[in-house]
Amino acid sequence: MSGKCDALVEIRDLRVDFGTPARPLPAVDGIDLSIGAGEIVALVGESGSGKSVTALALMGLVDVPARVAAQRIAFAGRDLLQMRAAERRALAGRGIAMIFQDPHASLDPCYTVGNQLDEALRFHGNAQERASKTVRRERSLALLGEVEIADAAARLRSYPHQLSGGMAQRVMIAIALAGRPRLLIADEPTTALDVTVQAQVLALLMRVRDERAMAILLITHDLAVVAETADRAVVMYAGQVMETGTVPALFDAPRHPYTRALLDASPGHGAARERLRTIPGVVPGAAHRPPGCLLAPRCAFAAERCTAERPAMRRIAGQASVRCHFALTAE
Amino acid sequence: MVPASRLAEFWRAFAQSRGALTGLALVVALVALALGADVVAPHSPIEQFRDFTLAPPFWDNGGSLRFALGTDAVGRDILSRLIHGTRLSLLIGTISVSISLTLGCILGLFAGYFRGLVDTAIMRLMDVMLALPSLLLAIAVVAILGPGLINAMYAIAIVLLPHYVRLMRAAVIAEAGREYVTSSRIAGAGALRLMFSTILPNCAAPLIVQATLGFSNAILDAAALGFLGLGAQPPTPEWGAMLASALEFIQRAPWVVTSPGLAILVTVLAFNLTGDGLRDALDPKLRRSAA
Amino acid sequence: MNAGPPLLEARELARHYRFPGGPLKRRDAVRALDGVSFTLREGRTLAVVGESGCGKSTLARQVTMIETPTSGTLLLDGRDVAHADAALRRKLRPQVQMVFQNPYASLNPRRTVGALLEEPLVIQRRGSAAQRREAALAMLARVGLRPEHYARYPHMFSGGQRQRIAVARALMLNPRLVVADEPIAALDVSTQAQVLNLLADLQQQLRVAYLFIAHDLQVVRLIADDVMVMYLGKAVEQGPADAIFGDPRHPYTQALLASTPSLARRRANARAIPRGEAASLTAALAGCAFRSRCPRAIARCAVEAPPVVTIGAVRVACIRASEPA
Repeated sequence: MSGKCDALVEIRDLRVDFGTPARPLPAVDGIDLSIGAGEIVALVGESGSGKSVTALALMGLVDVPARVAAQRIAFAGRDLLQMRAAERRALAGRGIAMIFQDPHASLDPCYTVGNQLDEALRFHGNAQERASKTVRRERSLALLGEVEIADAAARLRSYPHQLSGGMAQRVMIAIALAGRPRLLIADEPTTALDVTVQAQVLALLMRVRDERAMAILLITHDLAVVAETADRAVVMYAGQVMETGTVPALFDAPRHPYTRALLDASPGHGAARERLRTIPGVVPGAAHRPPGCLLAPRCAFAAERCTAERPAMRRIAGQASVRCHFALTAE
Repeated sequence: MVPASRLAEFWRAFAQSRGALTGLALVVALVALALGADVVAPHSPIEQFRDFTLAPPFWDNGGSLRFALGTDAVGRDILSRLIHGTRLSLLIGTISVSISLTLGCILGLFAGYFRGLVDTAIMRLMDVMLALPSLLLAIAVVAILGPGLINAMYAIAIVLLPHYVRLMRAAVIAEAGREYVTSSRIAGAGALRLMFSTILPNCAAPLIVQATLGFSNAILDAAALGFLGLGAQPPTPEWGAMLASALEFIQRAPWVVTSPGLAILVTVLAFNLTGDGLRDALDPKLRRSAA
Repeated sequence: MNAGPPLLEARELARHYRFPGGPLKRRDAVRALDGVSFTLREGRTLAVVGESGCGKSTLARQVTMIETPTSGTLLLDGRDVAHADAALRRKLRPQVQMVFQNPYASLNPRRTVGALLEEPLVIQRRGSAAQRREAALAMLARVGLRPEHYARYPHMFSGGQRQRIAVARALMLNPRLVVADEPIAALDVSTQAQVLNLLADLQQQLRVAYLFIAHDLQVVRLIADDVMVMYLGKAVEQGPADAIFGDPRHPYTQALLASTPSLARRRANARAIPRGEAASLTAALAGCAFRSRCPRAIARCAVEAPPVVTIGAVRVACIRASEPA
C-alpha cells in the first residue's frame, strides 16, 4: 500500500452544509478521507449518509446554496480550495473523472456515442488529441476496445437509447477514461444493472485499475461489492465517518457497532431462511442530528457517555480507525 | 414535529411570490366589489342623467365627485357601470370556465383512460375546434344561438374546451400507468372508480392553473364579443359593450373608453398573476422539497 | 404432503405482445412469457428469479389477473382464471393481491394512510365504516406502525415505512396469495432486513403464500421455499431452494450465483462471469436461448429446444443437465 504522505487525494475535515447559517443542515459533518495512487477505496453507507455529497464536493460540483468548507482538499499535492475556479474546472475530467448510477441519465440522448467521446477528448485529451479529429477518432476506437465493446466503429454511430444498460455504462467509463484520469469516482456504478452485467462491469473496473494504476473511489451501499473489489473501506453514517479499515479485515472483525449491524442486516451474511438482525429506527435527518454519538439512539450498546459526548476518530492498528467510545473487540 | 397539512404547505409555497399575493388580493377585491355592487355603486348603472351627458371625471375641470369617473353619451355614471360590470365579468368567467372545465375533464378522462377509438374520436373533434381561430369560433356559435350574454357564455365555454381536454388527457395518460392505479385495479376497482376517484384528483393541479388563466381568457373573449355587439346587449353594463359604444368619443371624451379598458386590464392581470402563483406552488418540480 | 389442489398452478403459461402492424408489416411478437409451469401451495413462498427481460413482471401481471394470458392455463384454487370471464375474475380478485417495487409510486399521494388501507374494503363493499376503521387500525399495528399514522399522507413517511403501508394494504382483503414484485429492491440495507422480517412474520401468522419476484439471490435464499429461475420468458431451472442453491444444474443459474457478489468471496472471479448480454425477446431463436452466452454450449444447442429434465426434485431445461458438472 502507498505511504500516507504521498496520498493521491487527501481530504481533511470536510463539511458540506445545506440550509441557512441560522439553521444549518449538515450533509457532511467533518470527514477525513485519503486515497493512495492505484488504490480502490469504497465509501459505504445508506441513504442520508453523505457519501455522494462527499464525492461531489471533491469534484467541485456542489452547487451554490450549499456551503463547502474543509481544512484541506488536496489532489496530487495541490490544494483544490486554493485554486481558481478555472484551474479547478480543468482538473475535473482530466485528473479526476466521475461516473454515475444511471448511464442513460448521464449520457446526452441527443448526441451519438462518437460525438460524446469526441467532446471529452477535445477538452481532456492530450495535445495531439485536442488538435486532430483523426487522432481523436482513433483514440475513441481504442477506448471502446478497452471497455470491451465489440464492433466499436458501429457503436460510435449509436445513440444512447440504442444501448443496453450495461453497454451504456461501459460507454460512460470510456468517456471517463478519455482524460487519462488518476482517480475515477464511481457513484453506485452498478446499482441499476442486472447482476451478471454488474459482475462484468466490476471486473472491467478492476482490470482498468490494474492496467492504468488508476485509483478508484467506489461509492456504494452494497457490502458484498465492497468485499469483492475494494482495498480499503470507509463506513459513513449520517454525515460522519464511523469506521475505516482494510478489506477484508474490516468485515471479518468490525469494530464499530454500525458496521457490525450493516453486516448482520446483509442478506448474504446469515444462513438460509434465518431471521436477519436489524437496527431499530431510522437514520436521523439533517435537521435532527443527536448531540452525542450519531448512532446512540439506535445502538444496542449505547451507554450514558454515548448520548452526552460525540466520540472522536481514533486510530487503531495500521490504517484502521474507528469513531466509538466502546469499540468492539474481535470476537 | 407536527406534520403540516397539505393546505398549509401549499399556502407557504404560494405566499413566497409577491406577484401571486398581489394578484390574489386584487381578485379578492374584485369579488368583493362584485358581491357588494348594489351597495358600493353610487348610482344605478342604467339610470340616465340627461343633464350630465359626457361629463368628465372629477380631476378634470367640469367634473364633480357626484360622477367620479364621468358619464357616458346618454348620461349614465361610468363608475357605477364599471362596478356592476365587475359582477358580469366575473359571472361570465366563472360560468364559462366551469362548464368548460367539467366537460373537458370528463372528455379528457375518457380519452386518456380508454385510448383507442374513443381517444381518436374525441381528439380529432378537439383538433377541428382548435383549427379555427377562437374568436371566429365564438362568433359562429353566437351567430347560431343568437346574441345575448348567456349564449356568449356558451360560446366561450366551447372555445375553451379543447385546451382542457388536451391537458387532462395528457395528465391521465401519464398517471394511468402509475403503480398506485394498478394497485387499485388489483383491489377490484372498476373503470369509473379508477377514472374519477383514483386518477382525477392526481391530475387536478395543471387544470386548476389552466382554469385560472382561462378566466382571463373568458373575460377577454366576452369583451370582444360585447364589442362586436354579439354578447351583452344594451343597457347591460358589460365592459366590452361599453368600449364599443364609446369608440366614437375617443377624441372628445377619452375617459369613456379608457375606463372600461383599464378595468379589463386590471382584472386580466389579477387572474394571470394568481394563476402563475398557483402553478409555481402546485408544480412539485418547481417547489423546494420538504426536508 | 399437503392434501388438496395447490393454491396456484400454472401450465405452459404464455403471454405474447404483438407490435402494431405498420405499413412495413412487422408482425413480430415479443414472447415475454413463453411456456412457464409451476405450482405454489398455501403458506409457501415461490421465488421467481431473473434479470431484466426474463418475464417475471409479465408473470406478475398474469397472476394478478391484470392481463389475460395468450395461451396455457392458470388455476387459482382449481379454477381456471386464464379463460375466466370478467365476473369470475372480479370474484377471485380478493384472493390475489400485490406489493410493488417502488414505495414512492405505489401509494396514491392524495389519500391518507387510513383511506389507503380502507379502500380495498370500500371497493369490495365489506363492513360498515366503523368496522373498516377498526380493521385498518388493526392492520397498522400488525405491520409495526402506530395509530397516529392513520391520518397522515404517504409523503410524510420513509421508503421502508411506505412499503409497510403497501404490505398492510395488500393484506386488507385477507388474500391467500400475495405477489411481491421486488418489494425491497428500492430500500436501504437495514430497511430491507426489517421489511423481510415483517414479510416472514406475516406469512407465519396469516398462512399467506408469496410469489416473490427478485433479482437478488442472497435475498431469495432467506425467504424462498421453492425457486424458479427464468431467462427470456422461460423457466430454466426450478425446484426447492436448498437444492437449487446447493447444486445448481443449469449454466445460467450457475452464472447468476457466480455473478452475485458475496461477502465471503474475496476477489471477483473472472472465469465464472458470463459473457455478453441477454438477446432480445423478439428474435425467434431455434434451440436454446442461452446458448450464445453458455460456457457449456454444444452444436445441438443451436438446433434442439432444450428438454426439461427432472433430477430429484429439480426440473432443469438443459440438454446437458444430467452430465456431471
